[in-house]
Amino acid sequence: MEAIPKKSKPVKKKLSNIVLIGNPNSGKTSLFNQLTGLRQKIGNYPGITVDKKTGYFSLPTQKNIRLVDLPGTYSIYPRSRDEKIVLDILSNKNHELYPDLVIIIVDASNLKRNLLLLTQIQDLGIPVICALNMVDIARKKGIAIDNSRLQSELQVPVIPINARSGEGIIRLKEILSEFPEAFKLNGYSSFVPDIPEDILQQIKTHFEITNNYLAVILLNHTETIAGITDTDRKLLRKLKNESGYKIQGLQSGEVLNRYKYLSLLVKSVETRTKESFRSRLTGNLDKILVHRIYGYLIFLAILFVIFQAIFSWAEIPMDWIDQQFASLESWIKTTLPEGVFVNMIADGIVPGIGGIAIFVPQIALLFAFIAILEDTGYMARVVFLMDKIMRKFGLSGKSVVPLISGVACAIPAVMATRNIENWKERIITIMVTPLMTCSARLPVYIILIALVVPDKSVGGFINLPGLILLGMYLLGFLAALTGAAVFKKFVKSYNPGFLVMEMPTYKAPRWKSVGITMWEKSRTFVFQAGKIILAVSLILWVLASFGPEKDLQNADAVVSAELPGLTTADKAYRNKLNAYKLEHSYAAILGKSIEPVIRPLGFDWKIGIALITSFAAREVFVSTIATIYSVGEDADDTSTIKQKMRSEINPITGNKVYTPAVAFSLLIFYAFAMQCMSTLAIVYRETKSIKWPLIQFAYMSTLAYTASLVVYQILSRI
Amino acid sequence: MKTLASLKKGETGIIKQIHDSMITPKLLDMGCLPGEKIKVQYFAPMGDPMCVHISGYDLVLRLNEADKIELE
Repeated sequence: MEAIPKKSKPVKKKLSNIVLIGNPNSGKTSLFNQLTGLRQKIGNYPGITVDKKTGYFSLPTQKNIRLVDLPGTYSIYPRSRDEKIVLDILSNKNHELYPDLVIIIVDASNLKRNLLLLTQIQDLGIPVICALNMVDIARKKGIAIDNSRLQSELQVPVIPINARSGEGIIRLKEILSEFPEAFKLNGYSSFVPDIPEDILQQIKTHFEITNNYLAVILLNHTETIAGITDTDRKLLRKLKNESGYKIQGLQSGEVLNRYKYLSLLVKSVETRTKESFRSRLTGNLDKILVHRIYGYLIFLAILFVIFQAIFSWAEIPMDWIDQQFASLESWIKTTLPEGVFVNMIADGIVPGIGGIAIFVPQIALLFAFIAILEDTGYMARVVFLMDKIMRKFGLSGKSVVPLISGVACAIPAVMATRNIENWKERIITIMVTPLMTCSARLPVYIILIALVVPDKSVGGFINLPGLILLGMYLLGFLAALTGAAVFKKFVKSYNPGFLVMEMPTYKAPRWKSVGITMWEKSRTFVFQAGKIILAVSLILWVLASFGPEKDLQNADAVVSAELPGLTTADKAYRNKLNAYKLEHSYAAILGKSIEPVIRPLGFDWKIGIALITSFAAREVFVSTIATIYSVGEDADDTSTIKQKMRSEINPITGNKVYTPAVAFSLLIFYAFAMQCMSTLAIVYRETKSIKWPLIQFAYMSTLAYTASLVVYQILSRI
Repeated sequence: MKTLASLKKGETGIIKQIHDSMITPKLLDMGCLPGEKIKVQYFAPMGDPMCVHISGYDLVLRLNEADKIELE
């Protein structure tokens, strides 16, 4: 942690770091996309795992200005972990993201509440530019704003923009080019209740700062603020004790004072022609969408459409991708000269990459749907509808968003729990989110369902595999709820949870930003999960292709003895030889060592290998199976993953390996098992304790093994 | 004492004060200020939480929180 700087830097002439701040639902993301386009990347803030969106843009006067999109917040005083970032950055001049300038986006239709944040940032002594958004919506609500008056009252540049259409962006950039001349600063305002001058002076001397408001914030947030040392905290505590000054209520007092000033200011710049207007469209839609019956029915129907789309629409590009990789594999084997290196490409790398590429259509679709639901304002209605139900399970309405995101991936979902202010509700949400069916399970489900469930339609329009798939999603959701109810009894909490949130008006989705989300998430998946999958595929290929020398050297002798009269020229001989080699490979040794444990679940050692590699990431199952079943295969045998699995025969019984009992047992195992190292790592980082990931791993593994055992034992007897 | 939680759908009131609790600062940040007019839009299907209209926008809060908002 860095200390607060000992010397305040002189105002920089160059503009290189900008942060974007604003209330939630003020159009911040739209403005970010307008300014940076596709030149953005998602990373983490140093030390913590809050999504950090960074982009770059250029001005006529300057290139490559960094723009960071900070989490949406109503005030710089944090209530949740996401919001805390804002204060941590703005209160620490040595923070690598400390801005030269803040763009604050203000919702013109709700001027007073939005300006609260603006005055706070202004008081910190950071140059501010105000992007006044949604002027059109304000006009519809009967609010007209005197722009130049607002500008002169606030003493900051005010630029009306339309973040959706991009109107006003050019003007905004023009003003930014005039940095720093265009930015006069407001000093200390009288919004902060009086603090004895000598205390303020001591803080300012110690931290070598000049800003009074920052001194007050340090005194107010001594225990939580980042970027100060333990010595600093001790001094602040001492000052508090010595003066006997009550910090309690200081913050409320400040906010009340600011609002008093803003009420007058807003009155002088606004002309209202209608008294408290509410959008008629939003009112009418809410009559249906949060209705006590239709509300839930519509929510269920939307979920159903999403799953149906993922299963049937995504299947077309997925089959195509699968085909392309299968033919690439066979092309490599037939055209390139035979050898270890070519085998590694054809049997290790190509199926490995194919196993990544095949998920892209589904992930892109799923994230598109989530982005649309968030964007239109519908997700807030879901929170509202589900809050009371979720509370019964120890969760909050806000848990619905992580749970639904969990359908895409548990990692961003666990990170999304940061919006839940109550610790108990948050920890329970984290513990059960990985039970939701994430997209990594999807390929495993799809391939297993396709193997054993006939592609028939039920009732004319719903297809049976789709229905089973929906069932798997429901199973995950019910398991998450049940798990939450159990955790509710064990997790202790001292603070009651609360829910206070804005209900946004309905808006049409911004297709450009939906597109950007699809692109970003798919790209992140391919490069992050892809690296692991590719590495695992290569290791597997090595393990499956080589084995202990003593077992393999007499392979030919053993096979010749079994098949007298045949030579390597015969297909039966080659198949036997390959099977023999695989059975004596390192992978087989590994798989066979766990076979006794998984035998009661109906799994053989080949599936055992896939279970082990799945701990890197679940989706590795498919590529593992593909690699194992294609090792040693003839060039003309190369088929799609599904065909390979379907034709796999159990050498002992002579029957197919993938019977319905085995497939369903595997499905259940994958539904419950904690097979994702990345999720465990994220849970560790989010809870800052090894305890929670361990509990999570233990309870999910036990659940998976038991449930799978029951399913296999029952189904195999029918 | 009349609080926001006691209002029915469609009723309005004027905030007198916010009772001190953990969420007071949050409510203040969100614009629940003494003197503001507040109107109940609708309740969630199971009676809780509620959605109110205040200073030009819709705000969702649970009855527990609404109980901290005293009306005139």
